[in-house]
Amino acid sequence: MKKTYIAGLTVLILAGALVLMSAKKLAHSGNTLPTPDEGNAGLKLPAGFGALVAADTLGGARHIAVTTAGDLYVKLARPRNGKAIIYLHDGNKDGRFDEINGFANYGGTGMYIKNGFLYASSNQEVFRYKLDANEKVVNPDQPEKIVTGLLDRRQHETKSLVVDNAGNIYVNVGAYSNSCQIKDRTPGSLGQQPCPILDSAGGIWQFKVDKQNQTYGDGVRYATGLRNVVGLDWNQQTNSLFVMQHGRDQLHDIFPDMFTTKQNADLPAECMYQLKQGSNAGWPYIYYDWMQNKKIQAPEYGGNGKKEGSKEYIDPVVAFPGHMAPNGLLFYTGTQFPEKYRNGAFIAFHGSWNRAPEPQAGFYVVFVPFKGGKPSGKWEVFADGFSGSPQQTASGRAAHRPCGLAQGPDGSLYVSDDVKGTIYRIVYNKP
Amino acid sequence: MKKVFAINLFILLLAAGGAVAQTKKAPVKKASTGAAGGASAAKPSVAKGKVVYTTYCLSCHQADGGGVPNMNPPLIKTSYVLGDKTRLINILLKGLNDEIEINGATYSNPMPAHDFLKDDDIANVLSFVRSSFGNKASPVTAAEVKKLRDAAK
Ligand code: HEC
Repeated sequence: MKKTYIAGLTVLILAGALVLMSAKKLAHSGNTLPTPDEGNAGLKLPAGFGALVAADTLGGARHIAVTTAGDLYVKLARPRNGKAIIYLHDGNKDGRFDEINGFANYGGTGMYIKNGFLYASSNQEVFRYKLDANEKVVNPDQPEKIVTGLLDRRQHETKSLVVDNAGNIYVNVGAYSNSCQIKDRTPGSLGQQPCPILDSAGGIWQFKVDKQNQTYGDGVRYATGLRNVVGLDWNQQTNSLFVMQHGRDQLHDIFPDMFTTKQNADLPAECMYQLKQGSNAGWPYIYYDWMQNKKIQAPEYGGNGKKEGSKEYIDPVVAFPGHMAPNGLLFYTGTQFPEKYRNGAFIAFHGSWNRAPEPQAGFYVVFVPFKGGKPSGKWEVFADGFSGSPQQTASGRAAHRPCGLAQGPDGSLYVSDDVKGTIYRIVYNKP
Repeated sequence: MKKVFAINLFILLLAAGGAVAQTKKAPVKKASTGAAGGASAAKPSVAKGKVVYTTYCLSCHQADGGGVPNMNPPLIKTSYVLGDKTRLINILLKGLNDEIEINGATYSNPMPAHDFLKDDDIANVLSFVRSSFGNKASPVTAAEVKKLRDAAK
């Protein structure tokens, strides 16, 4: 009697589990998930996750955008065979792209899809392409040029972009300087007062999505005091812009008496900021110290590593260790990954160089859990192993470097690599 | 506990890596003292050049001279390093912020002028660079640096 009861209960539980499992599978837009590659394409992931190489050897793959049909657009840093936007399609539905086409002759970084348009940037301009019902570009050779004449003075030249829900596009214009010294990156040289760069760079500019040939005068300097932003995303919960700043370099090289090489490797923080119109993050006058949890006056502007910076500047939402170069930011809204990941932030860290002679770091994708539009826990490494080995991480000679992030219609996470042009697809396979 | 162990292992590995790198570099040093054999102060010193490199160049061009992709170029067998000494010395004296191309790649950082370094520091560091990272080229002398510095005045 007892035995049959237990057996019956087991069957019931099993049946329940099966129903749950198939319901979950169905939730993935009808398709079953692709099988991960042997060894998860070299990536180290949390339990239950798998990874596969969805495309390879594309070139310098910067930001990426997925269509509702699951196709991928990839922006290349430089044209390859004359093409710098790559369109990828998975014809045989094995989860790996088998059809590759290219268009657009300008290199760049920005790539975003919103309300029937694909947005792309060169290092001076922003274009948009009309999409059809399947989110395929209708006329690859005739984009609208919506923004033109943005500064490209070689340093921090890329123009990342994102679109809000009200017809505005946000474009980063990086500062053409490390810390606004009179002589850039030169030992002991002091900061220009005030920093003249901020009138046309070192911030986020806002333009209209549907107006052609806008330039500085047509746009709004939405936020300033941001040295260089590469990763950025629109948070749908808060309906606001979040950005990842690349913090300043070379505290030790420039002020060797104030900062050791170890302090130089750790400082300043790489910061996530939530921006409103008019936000000022304080570059070049301050930097953020993630160990003291304080804004610190920059040594070029009278600081000494301890003196606090002005309260007028905004505080970061999250502060990471120095120099890891956050190049991609994505708020995850899918349901494929476990509940914990919902509305949280994935950040692709391109990896450091300015930690030398200390071992380099980064080259991984990090996750920060969010609740109600605010971080609800500590950041953790989500996907590691892009570099190839701990030695390659330490030396900085990474085989792959994470750059762009995008979420597939089924909730898969795509990560681009701009060394070899690998596109990774990360899936959650354990129900 | 496991984490501590992993970190220790990592440090050990790093230390081992450093040791290997050091033993690898040793012959270079020996060769230079051999070549300089009883050198006068005016002769370029690769050993002193290495110190200058570590202080002023390593953070951008990295310990292995391999640079940083898209940002800082490598110093390994480039035409700038191995070629015309005038051009090379002038890069240090005047800096460089042009779209130079090395093996099809370009670099977006600026190279700051290092005119604050003394003539023999520049001679030493360039002699070090020209005989390290797989490079084999003649040393640069302080007199050659001085001539170009004076010419620029
Ligand atoms: C702030 C970073 C930085 C520092 C410090 C620096 N360099 Fe450079 N260097 C660069 C960049 C960036 C370029 C390329 C500039 C360009 O493309 O216009 C360059 C170019 C060069 C070149 C010519 C190109 C090549 O790769 O052959 C040489 C030689 C060179 N640097 C040597 C040195 C030496 C020697 C030192 C130390 C005394 C030094 N650099 C310090 C960033 C730096």
